[in-house]
Amino acid sequence: MNNEIIEKIKKDLHDNILEESRSHNEIYFTVKKGSIVKLCDHIYYHLDLPLVSIFATDERKIDGSFKIHYVFSMDRNDAFIILRIKVDSKESSYPSITPKIASANWYEREMQDMFGLVPLGHPDPRRLMNFEDWPEEIHPLRKDFDIKTKPPRVKGEYIYRHVDGEGVYEIPVGPVHAGVIEPGHFRFSVAGEPIINLEIRHFYTHKGVEKLFENISIDKAVFLAERVSGDNSVAHVVAFCQAMEKIALINVPLRAIYIRTILLELERIYNHLADIAGIATDVAFAFGAAHANKLKEEVLQLNEQITGSRMLRGMNAIGGVRRDIGDKKNMILQKLSNIQRDFRKLMEHLTSTPSLMDRIENTGRIYNDIAKGLHVVGPVGRASGLDRDTRRDHPYAAYKELNFKVPIQKAGDVLSRTIVRADEICESVALIEQALWALPEGEIRVHLDRIPDGQALGYTEAPRGETIYWIRTIGNRIERCKVRDPSFCNWLAIEYAVLDNIVPDFPIINKSLSLSYSGNDM
Amino acid sequence: MTVEDEIEIMGQRMNDKIKKIFGRSLHIREVDAGSCNACEVEVNALSNPIYDIERFGLHIVASPRHADMLLVTGPVTRNMELALLKTYNATPSPKLVAAMGSCACNGGIFGDTYASCGGVDKILPVDVYIPGCPPRPQALIFGIMVAIDKLEQKIKRKEALS
Ligand code: SF4
Repeated sequence: MNNEIIEKIKKDLHDNILEESRSHNEIYFTVKKGSIVKLCDHIYYHLDLPLVSIFATDERKIDGSFKIHYVFSMDRNDAFIILRIKVDSKESSYPSITPKIASANWYEREMQDMFGLVPLGHPDPRRLMNFEDWPEEIHPLRKDFDIKTKPPRVKGEYIYRHVDGEGVYEIPVGPVHAGVIEPGHFRFSVAGEPIINLEIRHFYTHKGVEKLFENISIDKAVFLAERVSGDNSVAHVVAFCQAMEKIALINVPLRAIYIRTILLELERIYNHLADIAGIATDVAFAFGAAHANKLKEEVLQLNEQITGSRMLRGMNAIGGVRRDIGDKKNMILQKLSNIQRDFRKLMEHLTSTPSLMDRIENTGRIYNDIAKGLHVVGPVGRASGLDRDTRRDHPYAAYKELNFKVPIQKAGDVLSRTIVRADEICESVALIEQALWALPEGEIRVHLDRIPDGQALGYTEAPRGETIYWIRTIGNRIERCKVRDPSFCNWLAIEYAVLDNIVPDFPIINKSLSLSYSGNDM
Repeated sequence: MTVEDEIEIMGQRMNDKIKKIFGRSLHIREVDAGSCNACEVEVNALSNPIYDIERFGLHIVASPRHADMLLVTGPVTRNMELALLKTYNATPSPKLVAAMGSCACNGGIFGDTYASCGGVDKILPVDVYIPGCPPRPQALIFGIMVAIDKLEQKIKRKEALS
């Protein structure tokens, strides 16, 4: 870690720091509550470090306060700066940073619902996860809330933003949609065909995941991590396991690390194929969709042959992987090379079909400044020129040892996102090939009986983008587990991406953003 | 036996059952009541060219009003409970309800908590439970066949009574 930069940050924060601690590549600064807006503003704008997560912990039992953590990523130094403020339980409020840093919006509303911490000066302090029928003063992530409680439904109302004007009408869609997709609510304000406003409302699939982590054994928590966002299972469980392994200070055997890398990339391939298939479906290009779906199915079947699970589940464990896949090397190489050959043909076909290209070029643009301001992550961010990839910026698993490019596009439209995904599929195939050829001999797992007390970040680049876990363990159980799914960042971008586009293009834009509801709602 | 062979055999059996009970085709409306989305991946897989379930007379439809069966995934979250009930009420009788996946069967890993009702049968009468996390497409087809058998029994019982 580059100490010079840390020293510089310390100098910048000077007398606002109350306490400092370091573990691994994480530097924690406890700072004065009143200075948080100024400090975040400084780190975010002047040092240009992205804000990757905000979360609270309930420490009232220890010192009568809640703590709020602001996690900034030092992409170029593979480190994280975490600012921490203390919020007295009697006050339960703190200054909102959303007026300065837009991407803090949902985090602050989330903490308001889950912990009852009020962000003073928040421009949109409506409920987020707790619906209008949820009683006030009940906050599920507080330690004195029992997970089994079933609060009564109360009367309440959720107020949508409203657009007035001649000829403006509203189209409400969802939560139950026409297609086989997850539930969520969209409210369009439309004048003629163009969309002039979209408001999304989610959290229908809120399953109490973070609370659940605190109430189950660590063994079971591994399985829960696989089920936070089903089609990004591997990315989630690896992020979870890496945080645990950091806390336990264990070195995962090299062979296991390579196997994880292979699984992570297989997951990326089938997800990206699904997204490309979805775009072809939504422009009614049935042949392209069928072709892409067939390729996706081939990857799912390959997954099953390798791991016994079409979604690559049950393979990861804290300390390594459960099963070896080395003996299937030739089969995997053979199948992947066929899939890649077919995929190249498919992409040639797609990009030379005018009826498809017409629909996706310039559609659903997310400009670079919007993408940056909302902290859009993953392929969607990269298609808007944001050159970030956790695999390269905070290397984990075997990515440090392998060669790969991070594809970037600038236009930020549906076409750019499709190209980024297509290029990433090719990179993923190359990564798996490299990992299989270089697969080191040895053990695949170290066993541990107990996880010591501690806290750590775990992170991966899921197919949808940067996924971050922050875990604190006490007494061989999880005290707090904050999950930050990439969709939690990317959902708000859809409200911008659709503006001035026509309603029939909404499904394509939505597909091209590939957003998870479950991972977002948790 | 390849996956294709399996599907061919199961699909034909299902098609026979569908023809016998429904005349032509069975219409299914899928409802995600808080799944992790992997169950949806498998429902969607049924329509890919390898399974191509439509050729066996099974249609996944856009509206509950067109459906003979609801295929429900997820543990039923508190926030989806009402939407699920509305969807059920919008489905014409006689209707079948299939709970797909461990979550839908009994809450699965999400259990019975402040946010999760702990399974579809806490909210609706369920005709068939399809376990798995997620169930493979083959299991899904098998589960749907069991549901059709159940409907046949129901109809017979009704006829015997009248
Ligand atoms: S049964 Fe498993 S795969 Fe299906 S929704 Fe539940 S957790 Fe996800």
